[in-house]
Amino acid sequence: MIEQPNLNYVDELAGDDIEFRNQFITIIKDEFPLEKVEYQGHVSNNRVKATAEIVHKLKHKFNILGMENSYKLAVTYEMELLDGKNGSESKFNEILETIEKYIKTI
Amino acid sequence: MNCIIIDDEATARAIVRQLCSKIPELDVIEEFDNAISAIKFLNQQNIDVIFLDIHMPGFSGVDFVQTLKNPPNIVLTTSDTNFAIAAYEYECIVDYLVKPITQDRFEKSIKKISGLTTNQPKSIIESKQDSVEGDDLYINIDRRLVKLKLNEILVIEAKGDYIEVKTEKEEYRVHTTLKKIKEKLPEKLFLQIHRSYIINFIKIIDIEDNSVLIAKNVVPISRSNRPELMRRLNLL
Repeated sequence: MIEQPNLNYVDELAGDDIEFRNQFITIIKDEFPLEKVEYQGHVSNNRVKATAEIVHKLKHKFNILGMENSYKLAVTYEMELLDGKNGSESKFNEILETIEKYIKTI
Repeated sequence: MNCIIIDDEATARAIVRQLCSKIPELDVIEEFDNAISAIKFLNQQNIDVIFLDIHMPGFSGVDFVQTLKNPPNIVLTTSDTNFAIAAYEYECIVDYLVKPITQDRFEKSIKKISGLTTNQPKSIIESKQDSVEGDDLYINIDRRLVKLKLNEILVIEAKGDYIEVKTEKEEYRVHTTLKKIKEKLPEKLFLQIHRSYIINFIKIIDIEDNSVLIAKNVVPISRSNRPELMRRLNLL
């Protein structure tokens, strides 16, 4: 079961600053889909190092969205990729889908 | 303090900018999504602080630091502590913040920078920001910063160009001087009792003539340091 993303960290940083909250949501709505597409492109073209790079980037978003376990899985996946393996790929893909659904709701 | 933010991720830059916005003394002058653009900017502008993502594709944060001739204070922002530790040996790197960065931790970092003077030389022995209160000491061994708990240190012995730090579990050889490490140690806990020895005061088992027993270490007391040791003892 994939944990659900949340905006607790962003809300804590924002406090009463609604402008920041909205700005952040806009940024993540723009940035995440692009990174996901980039990731999928690297995977389908077997660009392992580039996949590891984008996984590294994506995992920060897991952290920001309060997904600690997903972050740990991404760390493992990144290491696997650098080691020529991909055992965590399907779980990682599930996390991306979960986030994609979530950011459509915010 | 003027600062810039360098991070290839827009979300990360937004977060650092928000953290900065809560500190009146910080003024974010510019943001960059890559280090090369920042270098061009730094050739024309004086900046006090750089918040730098260390893991960026192509030209990393470490590459960036190496290119700067007169670097300002740099705070690394990273999710990878190992990367940060490797880079921490650079004199200009004053702190590292692990993502996701909390406001409290960020404020501590700024407090640290505010207290720094630009001329202050940095030892290879670093006090970590989180341990300003004196709980930990980081020693540089083979380009790794190893954390020692101050209350686990027994004796520090000078050995030529090196010092040997003896803890309850291990011994570490560090390329520095006794004088430098003494500056990093809390006076309440540590005392130099000989030209070549600093001891953890609370670890003393007994004192006999001109030596102190600490765990299994017999440490000599010099004549000149003896009065201070005796003064600090809670004698009956």
